Amino acid sequence: MSAPAARPLVEIRGLRKSYGQTEVLAGVELMVAKGEVTFLIGPSGGGKSTLLRCINFLETPSGGEIIFDGERLCHEDGNLFHHAPERVLREARARMPMVFQHFNLFAHRTVLQNVTEGPLVVQKRPRAEVEAEALAILARVGLADRASFYPAQLSGGQKQRVAIARALAMRPSLILFDEPTSALDPELVAGVLDTIRALAEEGMTLVVVSHEMKFARHLADKVHFVAGGHIEESGTPDRIFDAPESERLKSFISSILA
Amino acid sequence: MYDFFFVLIPRHMPFLLEGALVTLEISLLSMVFAVLIGLACALGRLSGGRVLPRVIAVYVEIWRDVPLIVQLMVIFFTLPQAGISLPAFWAGVLGLSLNVGAYLSEVFRAAITSIDSGQRDAGLSIGMSRLTVFIRVILPQALRIAVPTIGGYFISLLKDSSLVSFISVSDLLRHGTILISNTYRSMEIYFMVAIIYFVMSSVASIAVRMVEQHLTPTYLRAGAAKAESRRAEAARVPA
Ligand SMILES: Nc1ncnc2c1ncn2[C@@H]1O[C@H](COP(=O)(O)OP(=O)(O)OP(=O)(O)O)[C@@H](O)[C@H]1O
Ligand SMILES: [Mg+2]
Repeated sequence: MSAPAARPLVEIRGLRKSYGQTEVLAGVELMVAKGEVTFLIGPSGGGKSTLLRCINFLETPSGGEIIFDGERLCHEDGNLFHHAPERVLREARARMPMVFQHFNLFAHRTVLQNVTEGPLVVQKRPRAEVEAEALAILARVGLADRASFYPAQLSGGQKQRVAIARALAMRPSLILFDEPTSALDPELVAGVLDTIRALAEEGMTLVVVSHEMKFARHLADKVHFVAGGHIEESGTPDRIFDAPESERLKSFISSILA
Repeated sequence: MYDFFFVLIPRHMPFLLEGALVTLEISLLSMVFAVLIGLACALGRLSGGRVLPRVIAVYVEIWRDVPLIVQLMVIFFTLPQAGISLPAFWAGVLGLSLNVGAYLSEVFRAAITSIDSGQRDAGLSIGMSRLTVFIRVILPQALRIAVPTIGGYFISLLKDSSLVSFISVSDLLRHGTILISNTYRSMEIYFMVAIIYFVMSSVASIAVRMVEQHLTPTYLRAGAAKAESRRAEAARVPA
């Protein structure tokens, strides 16, 4: 008898999101397995950010189903759309923190406070333990000596690594990245990518929206091409980049390489 | 001259200072209530309800469009008609707080909406509730933005509070006019009143500036970022 296949960490079926009349997500199907690195690529306005923000309910979807670690966050019953109570959504969110394009560090808190805020305030863990762990995480992302700095005193690359440290401090099951290097000066990109790569190598589950194609190719287990509000094509990086099928993906890839 | 410095000032200053104390009390109390009203109204207006934001908008509009002295008169003479008898002092506090509160609600609203929505996203994304995000992320940053403006309103209030003398509150100006009706020394007494207002306002300005500097966090202080990293660099170089 073979062992039953492990349940995916994230299961998304028929996910829809509209802003007024505009349908931004038109039925997204997406599975993310534990320990897997998933890249979402695609043209601007295709819905990548919206998809990411719907997964952790920063945006409330308009329809469809999301199951996170076996817990149903939302589903449709006939024509009615239901989602779990705010408390459940909050707990899920705390387990899949997000790293943003513009860092969004708490401007009024030091680097260390940024990292300890979630564990202290949300998870209510003891301060001594949280601070020790936060300092260790900061050391891991190469920022131990910046603990008492304010975000305004850091470079973009350092800010983004603090944001990653803030996510890690939540002891997450999954980290969501929305274009983590798009706002960085070119010479600062490598440091952030290295940090993300280290997470992947340690087996952290990652969902990354990125325009860094070389990086996606090296790191991804799966690449999904998001366009026009749904996932047009999925596969291994080699399959997506070397043997694109749809016309849209072909022209997207050639436009990226151009 | 001799008369002014060595007769009038020693004789009348104590009574004027008594009035000045009332001016300070009424201004400070009104400011505290105005901040509470302003903050509550800003929140109500941002709450996204249907009725509340409109009600508050109407309050703010009316209170900003009617002269303060008229507001004080209306409150002072209407409340007794409605069966509410407030001592003049508290009618003054009510009038001043409602007036300044209307202005402060706009100050708070602007400060709160000026905080980048990414700050909210970041708070929510680590599992904070909306309330926690507001209290721990948005409000502290908004308050720091609002403090200089609030301080400015306090200094104006210190001076504008002189209008409560018209509803018989025994503040500095009213004590001045009482003295004048007894002594007929208008010029000298008004001069003393002016000097006391001047001193109170200047001291208040200095205090506000000190609070401001104390509250302006490192991350907003001009040049501080550079200074701090220079210090850190220097600290790492072995002597
Ligand atoms: N709050 C909103 N209100 C209305 N429309 C929105 C909103 N947010 C996003 N959209 C629209 O949804 C579409 C998808 O946006 P989204 O940000 O998800 O795209 P994206 O794939 O992340 O693009 P990019 O690569 O430029 O970041 C866009 O057409 C955008 O205009
Ligand atoms: Mg985007």
